[in-house]
This record gives sequence, structure tokens and C-alpha cells, in this order.
Amino acid sequence: MIRDITIGQYYQAESKIHSLDPRVKLLGTLVFIISLFLGMNIWIYLVATIALIAVIKLSKVPFKFIIRGLKAIVVLILISAMFNLFLTPGTVILKVWKITITDRGLQTAVYMVIRLIYLIMGSSLMTLTTTPNNLTDGLEKGLGFLRVIKVPVHEIAMMMSIALRFIPILIDETDKIMKAQQARGADFETGNIIKRAKSMVPILVPLFISAFRRADDLAMAMEARCYHGSNGRTKMKPLRYKSADYKAYIAMAVYLGICITLNIVL
Amino acid sequence: MSIVKAKNLTFEYIRRDEEGNVESINKAIDDLNIEIEEGQFVAVLGHNGSGKSTFAKHLNVLVSPTEGSVWVDGMNTLEHENTLQIRQRAGMVFQNPDNQMICTVVDEEVGFGPENIGVPENEIWERVEKSLKSVGMYEYRNANPTKLSGGQKQRIAIAGIVAMKPKCIILDEPTAMLDPNGRKEVLKVLHELNEQEKVTIILITHYMEEVIEADKVFVIHEGKLQMQGTPREIFSQVERLKEYRLDVPQVTELAYELRKEGLDIRPGILYSNELISELKRIKEERNVDNSR
Repeated sequence: MIRDITIGQYYQAESKIHSLDPRVKLLGTLVFIISLFLGMNIWIYLVATIALIAVIKLSKVPFKFIIRGLKAIVVLILISAMFNLFLTPGTVILKVWKITITDRGLQTAVYMVIRLIYLIMGSSLMTLTTTPNNLTDGLEKGLGFLRVIKVPVHEIAMMMSIALRFIPILIDETDKIMKAQQARGADFETGNIIKRAKSMVPILVPLFISAFRRADDLAMAMEARCYHGSNGRTKMKPLRYKSADYKAYIAMAVYLGICITLNIVL
Repeated sequence: MSIVKAKNLTFEYIRRDEEGNVESINKAIDDLNIEIEEGQFVAVLGHNGSGKSTFAKHLNVLVSPTEGSVWVDGMNTLEHENTLQIRQRAGMVFQNPDNQMICTVVDEEVGFGPENIGVPENEIWERVEKSLKSVGMYEYRNANPTKLSGGQKQRIAIAGIVAMKPKCIILDEPTAMLDPNGRKEVLKVLHELNEQEKVTIILITHYMEEVIEADKVFVIHEGKLQMQGTPREIFSQVERLKEYRLDVPQVTELAYELRKEGLDIRPGILYSNELISELKRIKEERNVDNSR
């Protein structure tokens, strides 16, 4: 189950999207999300769908891989669909006992589901095509202006990249601990949700201890290699815009322009 | 000139309870005096808890002495402004290869040290290429370090230190978590660095086989320097080593047991061919005796 989560994972491939500057991809994701929330307009969604499919095709990430990331949030999607479906006022089109479905409800539910799915697809597409280090580099540089108001941008970016790097290691560790406890008769599979959640507690304790130990080791290794914050630090792979990045920015502006015009006109 | 010098070095781990009262004091290092010459391959031996790792941490200013002082390349570790310089000149490799990797790509990992000391971009690339080649891992420069074997990971970690152009590399049990092949790989790289780049190597270990090829061996027990000398000098004193709960290489052990049984084998045998020639000599001597 844990392995299904593709959010924050990287898919290795050589594509135009992969080689884009991470700042472009970050802003692109933001633009895409904004366009989804512009309004409930079928034309906007049509444009968004075309854009999404085009980017997925360009990125060479298999469609299945992106869909797999949705599994983790199926419950969330269902709940929000349900709320919209049953609790929106409007003309009643179906009534069974106390449950009513209205036309407006149906419409918002459908839009909501599409919106959420696209949201996850769009953002996981960004993380799938950007290495964690690149991503944090992009955040560090893109949000560099926040340093003026004393936000420790570099430190936050460093923490993020280390956290991302340790995800697979900690997943392996969880697996090991679970197997070790199963071998001694621990039961994680039967019982109701509460019982299962309770049986996870003995996993968390050793996991936390080992995570702290690793953190301590890593901090020492970083210090031993002269790490002392962003002061006087140079970059091995500094971010530089290429011509493709400018083209991507133009494409983004055009996309947002179309969506806004559609929203106003229709 | 000595690259590392410790004088009357004492270090105490102080355990405190929740109110901050001292519960117990554990002397990890007790009045240690040591001097390591530049350009040598030095091994530091000691049983678990002997204080050898704590000593290593002093050389990288990861801990500060409770008493006494340590000088690395002539710089006192107690003086705060020296810290970065010392860390750059005396790089450190740790035991667990997974817990010292910061980046997700090999070349970035090797470039992390030079980035921190402010090396310009072009030079970082040169250094990364050179140091990856020196450990024989250049073809893996775009790989993900977590996908490599333990020996390869340790070689990457060594390359990460080499890229900082240190005068001295300290390795704290770098092979403890590796399989025999990985151990050999790492040792080979270390000897090459020592011979070709003239980097001082300080290898902290409890694997005796890794010690045989060293120029000098230090034995630490209960925080004190107990023995120092060439591997041959050290391993000829098997009983004393056993007192410090240390093993000797298998061949040395065999030679020692045979000598105890009355065979006239000279002490300090390190290689199997030495033992063979000793045994041959004894056999010939007996043949001469018998024919008389």
C-alpha cells in the first residue's frame, strides 16, 4: 500500500519536461491549479484536459504510473463527491427516502471530482519529472526573495531534500520492523480499523528511534564535510534558464490567457 | 612534521538525569598522547568502547577535548575559527554508508563538500571527476547512491572527502558494515590514495587483516595509548593484544599456537608464505637432525 504513493516520487526518463528548469515546472503547476479553480466551465476543463494530456505525452511518464498516485486519495475524492452530491440545494432530480440529489449537486460533484483528480495528476506530474534535489533547488531559488523577510529559505530547502531522500530508506525500515514483529506473532491484518491502528504503535516507536539515530549520524556527516548553512556556499549545478524554459513560460501565459478569456466570455 | 598530535587528551561523556545533575562520568579518553606523521598509513586498533571512535571525532572537531589539546596540521582544535579549515584538511568517513549520503545523485554527493567550502562551479566539476576516478566510480556518476552496494557507497563517501583535497582522511570503521569484497575494494582505494596522492590515512578498525599493510599501528585500550609500532612489532605480542580483547590475523594466531606447542617459529608472522617458509626451515632442520 505504502508503495502506491507516487506523490513525491521521481520517474527517470529523458524528456523535454524532465529537462525543464524546476522553477518553470513549479510555476506551471501553480498556473494549472489556478486555471482549475477559475470557474465551473466545461470549456476551461476541456482546455485543461488537452494541456494535461499534452504535458503527460511530452513527459514520457506512463499514464498508468500517474493514475497509480490517485489510489491513495480515492477515499478523499469519494467523500468530497458525496458531500457535494447530497448537500447542494437546487432542483431535485432524484429522491430516495431522505437522500436527495439535485441537478446543481450532481454538477458540482462531477466538477469537484475532476478538479481533485487533475490537481493530483498535475502536481504528481511535477514531482515525477523533477528530482527531489532539483525541486528543492527550484524552491530555494524561486522563493529566494523571501530571505529579505528573514525566512531561512536555504535551510528549509535542505531539510526538504533530506526528508525526500530518506523516504525510501524509512519505508524499507518500516517493512523490516513489520516483518520482524510479524515473525514474532504480531498481527497487522485482522480486526477493525481501530484495532489495526493500535497494532501500528509498536512499529512507530522503533521507527522513530532509528530515524533519530540516522538524523544524528547524518548531521555529523554533514558537519564533517564542512556544511555550515548557505553562507559562502557555491553550487555545483546552479539553475540557469535555457531557451526551452522561456518557451514554456510563454506557453503557460498563453494557457492562462485562454482560460481567463473563456471564463469571462462564456 | 606530524599531521595529528594529541597531548594529554582527555574526554568525558557526562550523563545527566532530567534535572541536569551529573549521574555518571565515563572517561572515553584518558590522558592520550599520540603523534601521527604526514603521509603515513596509520591504523588505530581498539576493542569496542576503547575510545578509538571518540579519538577520531576529535580530529574532525566533532567533539572538543575535556582536557588537553589536539593539533591537526598545526591548528589547535580548540580555537573556533580553525574548525572549517581543520575539517577540510582532515576529512572523515563514517561507518554506516547510508547515513552519510546527503544527495540522491552520485556526482552531487561528491560535490557536496566542495560546495560547502565555496569552490567555484567549474572547479567543483573537475574535482568531482578526478576524485570519482581515483576511487574507480566515475562510470556511476549519474547513479542513485542508494542503489549501489555497500563497498561502492563507501568509495563514493571517500570520493566525497577526496574532492575537498584533504591532507588526511580519517575513517571510522569504514568496513564494519561491508561484505568481504566491499572491504577489499575500500582498502585497495585507501592504499592507492596513500601511495599516489600522498594522503595520510588514519584507519580506525578492529579487523586485523586491514592492519597488516599499515605503516604504523596504534593500540588504544580504555582510553589510553597502550602500544605503538609497525604491524610486525605489534602482532609479535599476541598475549598482550589478547589482554586488550583484540584478535590477531589468523596466520599470526596459528604461528603463535604452534610456537606455544614448542615449534621454533619466530614471532611476528603476518603472511601465510612467511609461515610456510618458517615451517619448511624447521622441517629441513629436523631432516638434518634425523640423518645424523
